Amino acid sequence: MKSNSPKSMQVFVFLLLALGLIGLALGGYLTPVSRILLNPIISAQTWIAKRYQAVQSLITQPEDVTTLRQQNSALEAENSRLQVQIVELQQQVIEAQLLSTLVDYERRHVENLYIAASVIARDVSPFMHYVIIDRGSDDGLRKGMPVITQQGLVGSIAAVTAGAARVQLINDPGSSINVILQQSDVEAVLNGQITGEIELNMISQNATVQPGDLVMTSGIGGNYPANIVIGQVVTIRNEASSLFQTASVQPAVDFSQLEIVLIITNFQSIDISPLIPTPSSP
Amino acid sequence: MINLIGIILFGILTIFQSTIVSTMPLLKGTADLILLFIVAWALQDRVDTAWQWCLIGGIFASLYSALPFGSFIVAYIICVGIARLLKRRIWKAPFLAMLAAIFISTLVIQLISLIARLIMGVSLPLTNILNLILLPSVLLNLILAIPVFSIMHDMADWLYPEKLDV
Repeated sequence: MKSNSPKSMQVFVFLLLALGLIGLALGGYLTPVSRILLNPIISAQTWIAKRYQAVQSLITQPEDVTTLRQQNSALEAENSRLQVQIVELQQQVIEAQLLSTLVDYERRHVENLYIAASVIARDVSPFMHYVIIDRGSDDGLRKGMPVITQQGLVGSIAAVTAGAARVQLINDPGSSINVILQQSDVEAVLNGQITGEIELNMISQNATVQPGDLVMTSGIGGNYPANIVIGQVVTIRNEASSLFQTASVQPAVDFSQLEIVLIITNFQSIDISPLIPTPSSP
Repeated sequence: MINLIGIILFGILTIFQSTIVSTMPLLKGTADLILLFIVAWALQDRVDTAWQWCLIGGIFASLYSALPFGSFIVAYIICVGIARLLKRRIWKAPFLAMLAAIFISTLVIQLISLIARLIMGVSLPLTNILNLILLPSVLLNLILAIPVFSIMHDMADWLYPEKLDV
């Protein structure tokens, strides 16, 4: 009995201590102590866990790298495919917008019949401002038919084969068009230049021409229908010694960006050269 | 066989010239791929088809140009003649011969084009032609001359292998 009492006392003390500690812990009085005790343990645990994960990844790495490389190649291939698709779709959007504006133009000018054609080549000589289109006599194209875009006059068909046609641009040095200035009703002749610009000639000295005047086809001469926009007057040169004024014109069409054009198929140019008197004729 | 290769080569070159090179002018001048390849071919040793290739190139160029048919053929024939002459004179320095031949040939081509346009009834201002077409074209052709010569040198080695003396 005697020997049991110290043990009972010990148990009782431990119980008291345990209850005291629980009480202190519940009351939050042990938090600083537990922090001091737990922090080194947590640090050690973290350090060991990280090293273990590093060693584990080192052991399993070759397998992962192969998988990742395969996934990477597959993703890269898909990315390339999607990029190509984006470029194609962007191109289609641009083409659709262009065609839509051409259709709008066609609807606004119902008096004419049109055929659309793509510009597929340019003349190989820098002396010639011509383009080649992908429609020819099989599509009903004939020499002399006017070629336009929604912006304005491009030129006329100079030669035709079964599947293609050559178009002389209005900025070719050999091109000559009778025009009228919309604001002032002044008639003139529009000539192309080797520089790619277009110039108004044969403007009467009495005529009043202003920068910004709209230049349109007059229809005289029978080569082009009337009232097709060509461009705007930029500068006027009026020399006292010359018989006529000249003016440079900003074309409405950007000839370096020609992609799709419209050909007016119900207009046939008239050759009036036999009617022009020559010095040898009686 | 060699002429068939020439037809395919100049067909492709003409398409490149009309769709890509002609849309990339320096001022208003453009490089002339057909001229470069014809002259480079004419300057190669052992090559005996220079005149045939010149004719093929001239026909292709004429098909893609509004200049009177034959203008390019005549121009390229003169250029091959010049190249052959230079090859005999400057045979020790083929690159120099190529540069000299391209310089002179570009002038010849532009002169014949100018004459052709004059015959067509279109007079052109010479100063503009010199500044905007002639000088830029010469520059572009000279830049491309050496790479084209190297390509044609390899092609000549392939089509005309050197005979070994046993």
